[in-house]
Amino acid sequence: MDLLYKIFIDPFVQMGTSPDLLVQTLWEGLVAGVLYALIALGFVLIFKASGVFNFAQGIMVVFAALTFVGLYQVLRGWGVSPGDVAAYCALALTILVMLGLAYGVERLVLKPLVNQPDIILFMATFGLTYFLIGVGELVFGGSPKTMVIEDLHLPRGAVEFKIFGGFVSLQKIDIAATVIASLMVAALAVFFQKTRIGRALRAVADSHKAALSVGISLEQIWVIVWFAAGIVALATGIRWGAKSEVSFALQIIALKALPVLILGGFTSIPGAIVGGIIIGVGEKIGEFYWGPLLGSGIESWLAYVIALVFLLFRPQGLFGERIIERI
Amino acid sequence: MRAPSEKEAKTAEVLLAIEDVSLSFGGVKAIRGVSFDIRKGEIRAIIGPNGAGKTSMLNVINGFYHPQEGRITFRGEQRRAMRPYAAAQGGIARTFQNVALFRGMSALDNIMAGRTLKMRKNFFWQMLRHGPAMAEEVEHRRKVEEIIDFLEIQHIRRTQVAKLPYGLQKRVELGRALAMDPDLLLLDEPMAGMNLEEKEDMSRFILDVNSQYGTTIALIGHDMGVVMDLSDRVVVLDYGRKIADGTPEEVKSNQAVIDAYLGVAH
Repeated sequence: MDLLYKIFIDPFVQMGTSPDLLVQTLWEGLVAGVLYALIALGFVLIFKASGVFNFAQGIMVVFAALTFVGLYQVLRGWGVSPGDVAAYCALALTILVMLGLAYGVERLVLKPLVNQPDIILFMATFGLTYFLIGVGELVFGGSPKTMVIEDLHLPRGAVEFKIFGGFVSLQKIDIAATVIASLMVAALAVFFQKTRIGRALRAVADSHKAALSVGISLEQIWVIVWFAAGIVALATGIRWGAKSEVSFALQIIALKALPVLILGGFTSIPGAIVGGIIIGVGEKIGEFYWGPLLGSGIESWLAYVIALVFLLFRPQGLFGERIIERI
Repeated sequence: MRAPSEKEAKTAEVLLAIEDVSLSFGGVKAIRGVSFDIRKGEIRAIIGPNGAGKTSMLNVINGFYHPQEGRITFRGEQRRAMRPYAAAQGGIARTFQNVALFRGMSALDNIMAGRTLKMRKNFFWQMLRHGPAMAEEVEHRRKVEEIIDFLEIQHIRRTQVAKLPYGLQKRVELGRALAMDPDLLLLDEPMAGMNLEEKEDMSRFILDVNSQYGTTIALIGHDMGVVMDLSDRVVVLDYGRKIADGTPEEVKSNQAVIDAYLGVAH
């Protein structure tokens, strides 16, 4: 009886009695969720346009962040000052590197494998993963690096709100990250819906041969989506790196995106966002209120449980397309 | 019925010529040394029994397949093989045997996608819905609306194409091809899987496109009756070989064609 009370009643009593803690938890969940959404977005972009599940998305986050920090250090080493000039130059150069990466992937990986089964392309992204790890370690070394925070003028500190007779504290960097992520998502949505290239992207997602027949260049579209995914990876890398540090261990955050993708559907941008937020909030709430009961490791598996339960009811995900095939 | 325009066809200049084209997939020979031409302004049919290599031939013209042997001359320019992008840019549009539409998009967006190559404005301005980009969008939209009126599909403009019945999907696909303002329109089995009424509609659209816009059309069919009524000249393939080429009347009375269709007693 006591256990049932602790599982089913007590957490809700706590939520009711100290709403300020609930708000704090929800906010932290939202922040984590937006990050998961960003990572999932990288997957969705590439999956939508080329039908490839890009295993390398996680390492692209690390690679982008490493390149940024590495270039910053090199520029500082050359005496570029003040620091913020170096930081923004490094940022611009990293964007160029990501463009180069997108172009290289199209030329050397996707193009030679055109019309191969999806599993082959999936395996090729494994290859890409280890290639990027190798290049990253060779050029920037294997030791963890500290993200450039000050020179990029990322906000620090926290704002505190008085709410429900308690305090809620929001990290400024979390607020900034949430705003930036929302802007990126909005820009991507407009890009997909309103522009010729966006229309072409959706067209390629639906049928390669029909897209070719109206003169859409698959090569160009692939470079664009991989570049967009690279930019998203860079934003994720900077944000995540600012939280801890930039190291190859970061790539496991890609695994966090899997439940988000299951929840949101592999082909839906709004799905990635909403899925990310549901997973983020679910995780934090679960950890805070049920964590003490079930052990503190709850955060690492709860997302998968949420996703699995979800699969039972909506196998195509929240916004995914329902596939009906005639047999 | 269409009045035979044999004389004009013979004098009109050649838009596309296929010479000695052979195509094989591993050991399977899909096309063996076929030559024929398509003249400006005509309706040219490619017919033959199942597996004769008709679709393969269309894929060669449109650049999806690259033949191992032979030459393709399009607008006087000779090449070993076409490329899909170059074909589209050169004004070759096509439809597919099993309808290849952008299933997640509306009928309107599908047809707008056919204008892709004609749009020039920077995506940045398109995102901002800025003046010149907006004017461009409006201009293309006007052209697309014309096509929608022509094909009588106003009522399904906003419908997602995956939800449309098959006959209408074929019509949207034709619309998307027309949106490219093609010089050469390739139609793969435009009448397949349609009921009588839909077949009549489609025949009317094909004839109208040809007479109103002067578009050259190459179409594939296995249904002799309809194809013979529509076309100016017919080429017949069987097992990858050309067995006849001429006006519908000539082809109809050709013994090799009759054998291919009815089978020969052994």
